[in-house]
Amino acid sequence: MGNSLFYFLAFVALLSALGVVFAKNPMHSVLFLILTFFAISGHYLMLNAQFLAAVNIIVYAGAIMVLFLFVVMFLNLNADTEPNKSGLAKVAGAIAGGMLLLVLIAALRNVNPVGADAASFDSQIGMVSRLGLVLYRQYLLPFELASVLFLVAMVGSVMLGKRETGERHF
Amino acid sequence: MDFSALTSFVISWQSLVILAVFGISLLIATYSTYAERVVAAFLQDRVGPDRAGPYGLLQPLADAVKLFTKEEFFPAGANRALFVFGPCLAMTTALMASAVIPFGNTLLLGNGDVIRLQAIEVNIGMLYVFGVVSLGVYGLMIGGWASNNKFSLLGAIRAAAQAVSYELAMGMALIALLMVTGTLSLREIALQQYDGLWNIVYQPLGFIIFIVCAFAETNRTPFDLPECETELVGGYHTEYSSMKMGLYLFAEYINVFVASAVMSTLYFGGFSFPGEHLLYNYLTSSQSELFAHNVVTILGTVTLFAKIFFFIFFFMWVRWTLPRFRYDQLMRLGWTMLFPIAILNILLTGAFILFFGSKEPKREISKEAVPTEVRTVARR
Repeated sequence: MGNSLFYFLAFVALLSALGVVFAKNPMHSVLFLILTFFAISGHYLMLNAQFLAAVNIIVYAGAIMVLFLFVVMFLNLNADTEPNKSGLAKVAGAIAGGMLLLVLIAALRNVNPVGADAASFDSQIGMVSRLGLVLYRQYLLPFELASVLFLVAMVGSVMLGKRETGERHF
Repeated sequence: MDFSALTSFVISWQSLVILAVFGISLLIATYSTYAERVVAAFLQDRVGPDRAGPYGLLQPLADAVKLFTKEEFFPAGANRALFVFGPCLAMTTALMASAVIPFGNTLLLGNGDVIRLQAIEVNIGMLYVFGVVSLGVYGLMIGGWASNNKFSLLGAIRAAAQAVSYELAMGMALIALLMVTGTLSLREIALQQYDGLWNIVYQPLGFIIFIVCAFAETNRTPFDLPECETELVGGYHTEYSSMKMGLYLFAEYINVFVASAVMSTLYFGGFSFPGEHLLYNYLTSSQSELFAHNVVTILGTVTLFAKIFFFIFFFMWVRWTLPRFRYDQLMRLGWTMLFPIAILNILLTGAFILFFGSKEPKREISKEAVPTEVRTVARR
């Protein structure tokens, strides 16, 4: 049961990720990406990481992708208005993507997948309270630094969106 | 062997509860359409629906027949697959949220089995509801975009911007509540309020923020800008007809029901009612504990539904009382008022916990005593 569920989720994740790349219509790309996030959340659930699964749905599927769709709708992007990319851009894209693939393979090459030891495995590891303890005790400094980084990004976006003196939008 | 038989029995009871929750959500949404008209008529001093059946009680049935028999219409140039997918998604996400809401405590059977009056219990219940609510906007966006109509598109864009803006303040209000309760499980939050004060006492400001955001998330007046008929014809569902239109309207009422249930559970004690301990003690003096426990549970469920109905009425009351906001007013309210107030609420809650102590020690006691299935078993 667990195995077949894993293969099903992996199948959905890979297929919809391919859909993101190959879909002609940007709207369909965004919808495929949302489906990918759902499949990944399913994987998190199977790894007993409930909090991560929920937050993945809330933040990525629920907020960021809504904004993506919002932009796609606003710009009225569709297959007809998509400009034809030049050959150079395609080559550059292929090289950049290939480099990323190389880095990922290099990083994963030496990984030895042993799997979890069922006897000593802590099934509560992904629960909210446990995660909170780890974040606030073991990784307090990186956690706070990351939140400062977010704050900086927020201040930056507020600055960009701020009305100049004398400017009126309506 | 014995164990597996027991599990299958419990699972079958639990699946009955799941079916009941599903059916009740649909039934309440159906009669919300009727209630909306009756409340509107009452507030505007009219008679309201009174033709179909006694007191017009069969009106929802008549509406359903009408919607089902109307012509199924696809606008020219519409994306057919997504056009159908939109209302389906709106309905699915609306129905998903009621799965984690605890509609009551436990019922004890004579043979020692325990039935939880909740479809599924997860320890991230609050996040689950929040996630499902944040997905609800996709139905509107996809439907509005696929209609190939500029009014629908404008409605869809408004829905997206509104949902994202108000989710922030809603999440912040929930974080403050979380600091008070210390748990994400809706069931535990309800049980915590069983002995003590309701959370509204600790989080009055948070509740006001939450209810305003709930109006915005369910697209109810005064925040129904996505379907604002004076500017956008019909908003995101301009091109919809027949039951696809019906599904959109229906999803809105289910959302109202879910929002009411969540507010009752989080802030108004869930299935607890004043004096349940007195009643429990009174009943145990003459009857068996099993009987007393079940009576208190059933009365608790009735109380919860009374609270939910009050909130549904409140949604309708506001709809027929307040005029609609302008779009820039909506955005200003969300970003420059509710959001800072929500952050202030978090700070205030933190300061209170720092200086006056949290509910934590009390929680520890209640955690031990409260899950009533444990309590009654121990007393036996």
